[in-house]
Formats: sequence, structure tokens, C-alpha cells
Amino acid sequence: MKKDIILAGVGGQGILSIAATIGLAAVDMGLHLKQAEVHGMSQRGGDVQSNLRISDKEIASDLIPKGKADIIISVEPMESLRYLPMLSPEGWLITNTTPYINIPNYPPMEKVMEEIEKLPHQVALDADKIAKDLGSGRSANMVILGAASPFLDIPVENLEKAITKLFTPKGEEVVDVNIKCFRAGREVSENNS
Amino acid sequence: MNRLLLLGDEAIAQAGIDAGISGVYAYPGTPSTEITEYILASKEAREKNIIASWTTNEKTAMEAALGMSYAGKRAMVCMKHVGLNVAADPFINSAITGANGGLIVLAADDPSMHSSQNEQDSRFYGKFAMIPMLEPSNQQEAYDMVIYGFDLSEKFKIPVLLRITTRLAHSRAGVVLNGKREQNKVGLPENYRRFILLPAIARRQYKQLLEQQAAYEDEALKSSFNQYIDGPDKSKGIITCGLGLNYLYENYPDRNVPFPVLKIGQYPVPTEMVRKLYNECESILVLEDGYPFLEEMLRGLLNHGKQINGRMDGTVPRDGELNPNIVAVALGMKDEWGNPIPEIVAPRPPSLCKGCPHIFSYNALNEAIAEFGKGRVFADIGCYALGALQPYDAISSCVDMGASITMAKGAADAGLVPAVAVIGDSTFTHSGMTGLLDAVIDNSPITVLVLDNATTAMTGGQPSSASGKIEDVCLALGVEKEHIHVINPIPKNHEENMNIMKKELLYKGVSVIIPRRECIVTATKRLKEKRKVK
Repeated sequence: MKKDIILAGVGGQGILSIAATIGLAAVDMGLHLKQAEVHGMSQRGGDVQSNLRISDKEIASDLIPKGKADIIISVEPMESLRYLPMLSPEGWLITNTTPYINIPNYPPMEKVMEEIEKLPHQVALDADKIAKDLGSGRSANMVILGAASPFLDIPVENLEKAITKLFTPKGEEVVDVNIKCFRAGREVSENNS
Repeated sequence: MNRLLLLGDEAIAQAGIDAGISGVYAYPGTPSTEITEYILASKEAREKNIIASWTTNEKTAMEAALGMSYAGKRAMVCMKHVGLNVAADPFINSAITGANGGLIVLAADDPSMHSSQNEQDSRFYGKFAMIPMLEPSNQQEAYDMVIYGFDLSEKFKIPVLLRITTRLAHSRAGVVLNGKREQNKVGLPENYRRFILLPAIARRQYKQLLEQQAAYEDEALKSSFNQYIDGPDKSKGIITCGLGLNYLYENYPDRNVPFPVLKIGQYPVPTEMVRKLYNECESILVLEDGYPFLEEMLRGLLNHGKQINGRMDGTVPRDGELNPNIVAVALGMKDEWGNPIPEIVAPRPPSLCKGCPHIFSYNALNEAIAEFGKGRVFADIGCYALGALQPYDAISSCVDMGASITMAKGAADAGLVPAVAVIGDSTFTHSGMTGLLDAVIDNSPITVLVLDNATTAMTGGQPSSASGKIEDVCLALGVEKEHIHVINPIPKNHEENMNIMKKELLYKGVSVIIPRRECIVTATKRLKEKRKVK
């Protein structure tokens, strides 16, 4: 088993809690993991990505080779496209469709969607709306994780266990809503793919 | 077995605790910051009374660590690569004095300049100082090398340089913890006069350092961090330093590299191992993250031996960090990328946060200085360097910590009047104060903006040594009281702030304006925690 995952978004959007959840589940299962993060200046509203690698064998490189990523998980639609050179021909792209616009030259949304829809394997969903409807606008990242979950080769129970563990310090309510968001995202993928 | 998921930086921090350090000294700098942050947050470190201190700059950190080592205890000092430039004086001289308690100097390099102004390779500093040097290839080695490094340092009574790069510093992996040792007791060096670097003593000490070189190399030869891994195909021998090994392995399923590989993790370079590889193989490929440090040594000036490939002949790009694809190309393998980035994807550079006080300082400054034209604002290292970007386009330089004030002085001395310096509070105490004194002594016509957001913001909000001291420092350095202004950078005060700047731009001496408002990120974090407590 080997999954090479690119997590993408804008600094401050919470891609690292997606990484932390997958990481926790993977480590619990006794898998090897390497995760390269971006710290420092780029976190100030710039594009950020994380290379997350999980495998049942020892992992050599902290970086995923270009053209070899199995999944791109993006919390922002334009950012999902920035990492296409990383994606393998069989790879999946899972992305949010709510744009994060903090630059004056953000492309028209229909053009962004056009590019996403060109891909043979993709799931695009409005995670912000789904999360808001479930009562927690801040949990859009868990909706995205849910949508990505069928492609991770990690049992859904393990992922939910990791979410519970990660959010328990913030209280039961926060755990519940994040699990709900996760399940709603998963449902979208199961119906679409 | 205690296995933790740790960043490279965190593995080094935990190893420091496990190796029995009594103190860590550091000035924040990407990618080294998380080491000291981890120790500061560690309950274990607190219980062991380990001193974890953000110092005013890297030089003071290095000297404090040397002092702790002098007193017999183990100390670690951490900095980013350019910080070692600031600490270079005590660093180089610490090789002459030697250490007493174990002393590790951690330099975190930033090839590809993810968050830096250059990609200098600290291994040259290790060679320059002629001290042993360690370079991990993964998080586990980073941990193990700290434990081993303190032994090495105490065995030879010499500081040890630990060199890492961004990719390792900020990447997580499982690390097994395997060392637990007590701290040293206070104890003077057997001969403390070796710390008195008067020429007569320094000459003797230096000779000793030279004599020790062979022993350091012998240690590297025996080290488990240096490995000769044989392979059947002798058409090529590969030397890897640091992360180079991982990218090599990535290109061979199950790590079956057909060529002999020499993995280097400890310096001085063990010549014997290199000679063996050179003699047995038809050509040599060098894979090192950073400058062609080893490659240059191997080629020599005349380069008339066997074929050597690496950064210097273009087999590997001359700049930037390594990755699996670069190494694949260097090995002559196919390198297939996914789809290209669609043209519509726009760059998304970092930017000042919404509500950041610097925005309003720059808005006022831009208007105040408009009549004199562009090219007069010398900025410094910090978030406010983002003032270079649109829509501000407010600065014309950003070179090194503290250079804003001194470059403005030089430009003003040359006749570029008015000249403005923009410097953050933490950068001001790091390296700005001495330059301000120069300007006061020469009465240079400069206007200095000390942007006081009460934190070291760019590295994540560490406390600033300047907090509560800036006006007093300026006064004490001789800036006249009526030319020191504290303003509040908020939109409502725009006119007032702009007028103060306008007035001081015309003053033919040193003036200091301090726009003071807490960083929006630390303020938000603080309020959130306050709410939690309630």
C-alpha cells in the first residue's frame, strides 16, 4: 500500500488539519509516513501545499516525485490546478469549488471549473456550503477530507477515529459536527465516482 | 520503544532534551524556529530546568551557548543559515577556544530560498572553522546525530556544527527516541586559559586545532553516518550528502541502486572512502543539497581526473534544492510529469494580513514621501518586506537584518535626502541599534520608522526583545526627544500620521517614528486564548 497525497490551499485555510487527520489514522495503522510542510513567509495568504506520503514500506523521499501523486486534495479550486504536474495519469483530484479570492487577477470561476472538469478523475464539491448547511462553516476541510476518503485506502472507521481524537480537546459538539461534515463529503464522492 | 511523529526540527529539539542539554539559545529564523519553540513548549524541558531563550540576535545566542559550555554544561544554539553570518565571529573563534561542556551549533540552510534572501551552504562555515560537522539524511538521523554530536563535542572538546536544510526541518516522520542522559554539573575547563584568545595563547590553540584535523577525519571514517554501499555496476559511483540519498533511493524500487554509493553524513570528508569509490568506478556523480561543496573538492582546480558529474557541469542544476525528479534526470532516467499548470492559474504570493498595522504605516509613508519620488525607502527583514509587493510598492531595499538604517545613512550621506529606514521592533534590537548610533554620531538626515507590532511576526510570533524599550533606546543613543514620535497606525489616523512623517522627512537630522500596534495575528490568537480561559 502506498498513497502519495498533495494537500493544497491558501495559507490559513487549514490544510494541515487534514494532513494531521490522515497522518494520525495512518500511524495508528502502523503505516510509515512522511509529511513535508510549508512554514514561514508563504503562510501569509500565499499558496501553500503539503506533501503527505503514507506506505506500508519505508519511505525514502520527503517530496513526492512529479507525475507520481495519487491524489490532490485541495480546499481551493484554483490552487488544485497549480499541482497538476504532480498528479499521475491515474490520479484523482478532489477539490472545493468555493474560491478564496485575495488576489486582483483571480481567473473567472467558469474557466477554473472548465479546467477541473477536463480531468478524467475528479470530484469537485462546494465544501463551504455543505459545511455551512451542517452548522459549521469552519469545517469545510473535513468535508473535503470526507470526499477524498474513498481514495485513501484507509478504512473509514480509522479516519473517523482520528477526527474524534483530534477534535476531542475542543469538545464533543466540535467532534460531532466534524464527523457529520466528513460523512457528507464522503457521500458526495460515493455518489459521483 | 518510544516512537513519535516529529518534524526534523522537533526531532533535534527532543534529542537535545534527551542528550542532557542545560540550555538552548536562538534567534527565530525559518527554517530553524521550531527547535526552540518545541523546547519552550516541552513539559519535560521545564521539569529539567532547561533554559530555552530567544536571544536578541544569533551572535548573543552563540556567545551565551559558549559560556554555558565553558561552565561545563551542554548547550545548543540554533539559527537559520544567514544567522550564522551574524554569529560568525564567536563561531569561528569557538573552534580556537574549544568547548568544555558539549556544544552543538545548529544551522538550518534554505536551498531554493523558500523563506530567505540567499541559499548559502553552512558546510563552508564548518570547513572554515575546521570543526567536525554532521548532516542528517532523515529525521531519525537528525535525532541520533544530536545525541552522538554531544559525545563527539565532549570527546574532542570542540563545538560541532549540525547542518540541516528546510526540507528536513519542516518534514514529519516517525522517530524512535533512544537516549536519556543527565545534565552535566557545573565545572570549569581543566585549563580555562584556552578561552583567553590573546595571540600567544591563540597561536597555541590554533596549532592544536590543526593537529586535531586528522583525528576528526578518522572519526568520520569510523562513523556509522558515513557508509559505503557497494553495487555491481561500476560505470558510476554516487556520492550523496544529506537528503541526496533519499532522492536517489526514491528512483529505485526497494532501494536497489545498481551503483556503489558513498553516503556522507559526517565531515571532514573521509578521504579514504572517497578514494575507494573513485578507484573502483569509472565516473562519479555527486548529489548534495546546497552548493557543490564536496564536488568542488573532488574536482580540484585542474579537474584532470575521472569524469565527475554534479552541479558544476549541469548534470544537476547549479541552484535550488534537490528533488526526486532532478536526481532521476541526473541518472539519465525518464522524468514524466503530469499535466502542465493551466495558463489561467495566477500566482498567489504571500501578502500582508488583512488589518495588519504595516498596511497603514505604508499607506501614510507612501503619501508622505510621494513628492520626493520612489527609491528612498530602505526596508529590512520581516513581514514588512512584503511592502515591496503591490499595491504598496513602498520599499526599495531589503538586504540583511539591520541594513535599513545603515543603508539609509549611507544613502543620505551620499546626498539622497530624505532617506527613510523601515525596520521592525525585533529587527531593531537584533541589529538596528548600532546603526542608529552611527547615524546619530554623524547627524545623518534620516527618518527611521520602527514598526512596533510587539512581536517577531514573520517567524510565528515569538516575543520581541524590543518590547517596551524602543523610545528609551533611541533616547539613550542620542536621538532628540522632539524627533521621536509614537503613532497608532490605523486608518482613522492616516492624515495625522502622514503629517508627522512629512514633517520629519524635512528634518536634517535623525528622527524616529514608531508606529505601534500589535500584530493582527498574535492579537487574534491572544484574544482567542483569553476567551477560552473564560
